[in-house]
Amino acid sequence: MMGSLAFATPLLLIGLIALPILWWLLRAVPPAPIRRRFPGVALLLGLKDDESETDKTPWWLLALRIAALAAAIIGFAGPVLNPQQDRAGTGPLLVVMDASWASARDWSGRIDRVEALLEEAGRAGRPAAVVQLTDLPAGDLPLQAASAWVARLPAIAPAPFAPDYTAATEWAGGLTGPLETYWIGDGLAREGRRALAGALSDLGPLTVFESGRDVLALGPPGFEGEEIRLPILRLAGPGTGPSAGPATVDVIAHGLDPAGLPRDLARLSVDLDAEPPEAAFDLPAELRNRITRFEISGIRSAGAVMLTDDALQRRQVALIAAQSEDETQALLSPLHYLRQALAPTADLIEGALGDMLLASPDVVVLADIATLSPEEEAQVVDWVERGGLLLRFAGPRLAASDVAREEAGPLMPVRLRAGGRTVGGAMSWGEPRRLREFDDTSPFFGLTIPEDVEVSAQVMAQPDPTLAERTIASLTDGTPLVTRVGLGQGSVILFHVTANAEWSSLPLSGLFVEMLERLAVSTRPAIAEAEDLAGTVWTPEQVLDGFGTLRDAGIRPGVAGEDLAVAPLSPDLLPGLYAGGDRRIARNVITADTVLGPAGWPANIPVEGLDVTEPRDLMAAFLTGAFVLLLLDALAALWLAGRLSGIARGAAVLAAVALAPGLAEAQDAATDDALALLATEEVTLAYVITGDDEIDEMSRAGLQGLSNTLFQRTSVEPAPPLGVDLETDELAFFPMIYWPVTADQPLPSAAAYARLNAYMRGGGMIVFDTRDAHLGGFGSATPEGRRLRALAAALDIPPLEPVPPDHVLTRTFYLLQDFPGRHISRDVWVEAAPPDAEQIEGMPFRNLNDGVTPVLIGGNDWAAAWAQDEFGRPLFPVGRGFAGDRQREIALRFGVNLVMHVLSGNYKSDQVHVPALLDRLGQ
Amino acid sequence: MSDSALHTPDTLRSRSEAVAASLPPLLADAQHLAATVLLGVHGRKRAGTGDEFWQYRPAQAGDAYRSIDWRRSGRSDGHFLRQTEWQAAQSVMIGVDDSASMTFTGHRSRPSKLRRAQTLAMAVAILAIRGGERVGLTHMTDPPRGGQAQLMRMAAALMDGHEQSDYGAPRPKALPMGSRAVFFSDFLGDPAPIETVLGRAADRDVKGVVVQVLDPDEEAFPYDGRTVFESMSGAVRFETLKAKSLREEYLARLAERKDRLQQAARRTGWRYHCHHTDGSAEATLLWIYQAIEKVRA
Repeated sequence: MMGSLAFATPLLLIGLIALPILWWLLRAVPPAPIRRRFPGVALLLGLKDDESETDKTPWWLLALRIAALAAAIIGFAGPVLNPQQDRAGTGPLLVVMDASWASARDWSGRIDRVEALLEEAGRAGRPAAVVQLTDLPAGDLPLQAASAWVARLPAIAPAPFAPDYTAATEWAGGLTGPLETYWIGDGLAREGRRALAGALSDLGPLTVFESGRDVLALGPPGFEGEEIRLPILRLAGPGTGPSAGPATVDVIAHGLDPAGLPRDLARLSVDLDAEPPEAAFDLPAELRNRITRFEISGIRSAGAVMLTDDALQRRQVALIAAQSEDETQALLSPLHYLRQALAPTADLIEGALGDMLLASPDVVVLADIATLSPEEEAQVVDWVERGGLLLRFAGPRLAASDVAREEAGPLMPVRLRAGGRTVGGAMSWGEPRRLREFDDTSPFFGLTIPEDVEVSAQVMAQPDPTLAERTIASLTDGTPLVTRVGLGQGSVILFHVTANAEWSSLPLSGLFVEMLERLAVSTRPAIAEAEDLAGTVWTPEQVLDGFGTLRDAGIRPGVAGEDLAVAPLSPDLLPGLYAGGDRRIARNVITADTVLGPAGWPANIPVEGLDVTEPRDLMAAFLTGAFVLLLLDALAALWLAGRLSGIARGAAVLAAVALAPGLAEAQDAATDDALALLATEEVTLAYVITGDDEIDEMSRAGLQGLSNTLFQRTSVEPAPPLGVDLETDELAFFPMIYWPVTADQPLPSAAAYARLNAYMRGGGMIVFDTRDAHLGGFGSATPEGRRLRALAAALDIPPLEPVPPDHVLTRTFYLLQDFPGRHISRDVWVEAAPPDAEQIEGMPFRNLNDGVTPVLIGGNDWAAAWAQDEFGRPLFPVGRGFAGDRQREIALRFGVNLVMHVLSGNYKSDQVHVPALLDRLGQ
Repeated sequence: MSDSALHTPDTLRSRSEAVAASLPPLLADAQHLAATVLLGVHGRKRAGTGDEFWQYRPAQAGDAYRSIDWRRSGRSDGHFLRQTEWQAAQSVMIGVDDSASMTFTGHRSRPSKLRRAQTLAMAVAILAIRGGERVGLTHMTDPPRGGQAQLMRMAAALMDGHEQSDYGAPRPKALPMGSRAVFFSDFLGDPAPIETVLGRAADRDVKGVVVQVLDPDEEAFPYDGRTVFESMSGAVRFETLKAKSLREEYLARLAERKDRLQQAARRTGWRYHCHHTDGSAEATLLWIYQAIEKVRA
């Protein structure tokens, strides 16, 4: 919303006229030169500038400076957005607030508005009074100083009910004018509003303030099948379009969890644009029974809370069976299947009928009870008429008795034939009957009938004119299976089969549970009628305040039943939960017939918005803008003068530092895949890139030579070797990594060490080569030796020993005892054999079946001995003359053995078992 | 000018010693020092004037009788001459331009041209003294001398206050015949005096080295924008509106100046070297050392 703009000192704006003069002035003055001391000036003397463009200030710099100055001038002129408009008025001021539940949502906004009005009145020295129409003051108008009312404002709270305009009109009629009135409305249409407005207009000018916000309320829950549906009532605010406000709201079902703690049991997002907006909860009965209230999340209003009462509570079901169950087996008990079916969703009570009726169950189940004593029958009839549901099951006793032979009686829906019938039994003809599809008048309509539900025996109903309408389920041959008759507010239902599996397989099926559930749902008590409650007294347990907060009722007095049912909510009858006897009734702000309509006002009454627009001083913003522009100007001037290069360099370095990691990562991702492809298509030997180009090239050439040799002599045909960067490259692709140790190699990072350790644990081998011929011996102090120790400190290296003569390295491809490179040194270290290795009988080696040694450490400079150029010629001299050639050959053989060892593991070591295997084969 | 950009008498000596420590003693050639023979302590590994015995050689026709060593000749039938080893000391004259332009440095991290020139000068002096030569400064009236005390005197004289003019030129007060000379300057001023000096030096059979010490900024001219360039004393001013556009011409003029110096040096048998203050002093010292030695036949 664009507000108006005003200036504190508009005269200053005349300064803007000076801007063109500034333009002219600035154009004439070029930027000041830099003075530099420079001995070479002698050489410069006499040179001529061929360009002279910086003689005048560039146009954009001019524009920048003029914009800065204009911003400063405007800033100092004191621009104010939404300047305060003073309300003229004299005489006492009356502020009337609807203060209903519908105002609660933006109550603080209303209070702010009232405060602003009062402060204004206070400045004008007008006495004021604030009146809540929901709580009319007794006696005279409490006119006080406006500031006194401002102090009392925080104590004013909305009421959880609607104001009584009739009473208010009467009250307003008793006031004497002149009196200017501000009416803070809640925006809802109510009867009598126009009359009150007329009464107030008679006293003096009346101005109405209304919020632009939507009014949202939650309607009472209704049942549609299994779903609880709560309509959401919405009144779009006058100042808002359809898109204003949230398009969806969350409706929350509150209740106690099994531990007895209050919590959100369900939450549902409701689209307000739906027609009509409705929250449909499809909850398991167990959860549904626990719900104590629904509310619209995030809206603090009594109208957004819907308390629930017994209507949603868990039902009490009284089970009564004919016989005591002690002698029968559990599965034959008439009540077993009922218990199984009902226990999850209902509170079951069992006992004597008279006792149970006192507990006021919702449902009484009589399983094969033929006759009740007249006294009991009277009690049951009374109970059913008050809304109880009597559920009867047939059985041998009922069939054998002559109950309802001549007349149905109050507690039997139909008359029964004597004896019943048996079909498809061992002693009878015919097939067991199936159920017919439920027709659409049946409460069971829509339930699917399983194929395996069969009825083999039933009690038969006498044909009657009323039989058809009382039948709610029947067999395929048309005989009734379930019949129902209403009695008072309640009803009586008869299952023509037993409650156990004796007569039918119905109790075994899921259909039984579903049927009971349908019937149980229909036992929900009707809305309390005034006459039902007449003469009773209900005590409030919990009441709602205007904000929709549920509070303990404390010592509030009881309410007469008839008032509870019909009387409008008032300070004496707050919405809340009222208890009477064992029943509880919720009184909610919103009832089924609540309609939210927009308040209509007489045309001559001005209606204003509620928003208090704060005057916003824009001076700071303009001055800041001017300052920023001047800073830019300074930078630009520096740039023009050629002094910005250092600053720009710094900025560029910063930017590069900031961007570099991102770029590096992007590159990594690309190269990782390429490396993985390269390394895994063929066996690839790898070397560690040390950073010393000469050594890296030698490693590469050495591994290339070794690869060539492997290619020529063995079935291993490696791809060209790759260098790996320990910091970035994945190592797992390489069977072996050659690591020449240089004295000045940097230590790998922790991440690289983690990767190295993972590599070694995963079966990889690292060949450390100090290339110093082990001159210093083990634990030597050559620079490379020291570096190796530093490098390996963080590696997970097992105990080592010099290569024993029976190590598998000595025979994986060639039989070797020496491992020379460019140097000949015996000291090559590998993972130590386990101490319990045993000498094999008749074999020159021990029984060693370990895996590949993870490290091999030596100093023979193998890469140099292996190194070949692209034509296969050795690159480095080894030894002297023929002995040198032999040494190179042995070095290559060692390399072949090494790769074979890495690739084939302990395969050769397993050969110790060959004699045993041959021996076994021979037999 | 920060402390590190200029020497004090205390630091000059130690810093120069540090530079000189990395080179063997300088043995200046004394081939043409007949006229200014001042006997040094170093044998030249050849017969000549000196105190140490060098060799007996058979007398040849033309040898003066008085030079025959009769004691040696008495032991045989021939006549022998007793020759002593030729011992000669070279005089090395060092000139350092201490005009205002030499105090320039383009960046805090670099020493001023003057400080670098002084360091090099003292290093040459130290090498020469170690080699037994005599050393002097061109603007000292004292003749060149040897010994450690001369180093102290030189260090003090080098720090002796600066010339106030913008650009200096070597005006040697003493230039002994046949001595060696080393001139340090930026040679950005008028080139005529140095040419004159070189010509006069050639007349006196003085050979040596011209070392032009320049700051990298003077080589690169990394300036831009509207700039007023001033000489170090402020006496010379030059204003440009766009310094960058002058770069090419400036560099051309600088190259021309260097070329002129080189020509002058070549004509007189001197040698020219350009040293930048961001480069290492040792390299230039080595060059000077070799350049002075090279003249030796």
